[in-house]
Amino acid sequence: MNFLRWLAGFSGLAGLIIFIFVFLPASPVTKLILYLLLCFLLAIFRIFRGPTAADRSVATDIIGILVVGFCAIMAVYTKKDWYIDIAIAWALQGFIGTLALAKFLEGKSFDE
Amino acid sequence: MNEIIALLFIIAGITFDLFGCIGLVRLPDVYNRLQASTKCVTLGTCSILFGVFIKFGFSAAGVKALICIVFLLLTTPVAAHALARGAHRSGIKLWKDSVCDRYAQDRKLK
Repeated sequence: MNFLRWLAGFSGLAGLIIFIFVFLPASPVTKLILYLLLCFLLAIFRIFRGPTAADRSVATDIIGILVVGFCAIMAVYTKKDWYIDIAIAWALQGFIGTLALAKFLEGKSFDE
Repeated sequence: MNEIIALLFIIAGITFDLFGCIGLVRLPDVYNRLQASTKCVTLGTCSILFGVFIKFGFSAAGVKALICIVFLLLTTPVAAHALARGAHRSGIKLWKDSVCDRYAQDRKLK
């Protein structure tokens, strides 16, 4: 049973990667953006599935870092400068949010 | 030539991101997931931003990308360390095959 679950997940992920790389009629930058969206999908799966609150906090932190890379790729894709500003602001906001979540997990009050 | 080098950096970064997210799904424990995903995703995102810097050169967007790299390299280990400490203090057990737990030994000694 465990092996069957592993096989289903592995074949689904490998099939998606090969489908995007070989069969999809798109430009290379669009394919790279699709791979990054696949990363978002995996992290969202961990948010839904995670057994404890710490798993969900880790996945939220990872999504915050992935958004920075997504904004950088969109700056290359659309040739607009202001996506980098969004990336810097998102990195700062994600750092403060993760620190607040860690304090909350630790079980103390915020003004210590 | 610059475009090709930038695209190579971006491809390497997205590969690291994908491996980190696979580790986030696949590994058995909070601490293992944190260790795999945070390092891989930080290096991947920094590589993507460095590719953007190579593509734009020393213009406004390129220098902003360099500043973003420095900021990520400074803040992400701090956030990961705080998350691991909070998870350990909130009483989450290690995986059953983990071999040692130095933080619990240190806290017991005090």
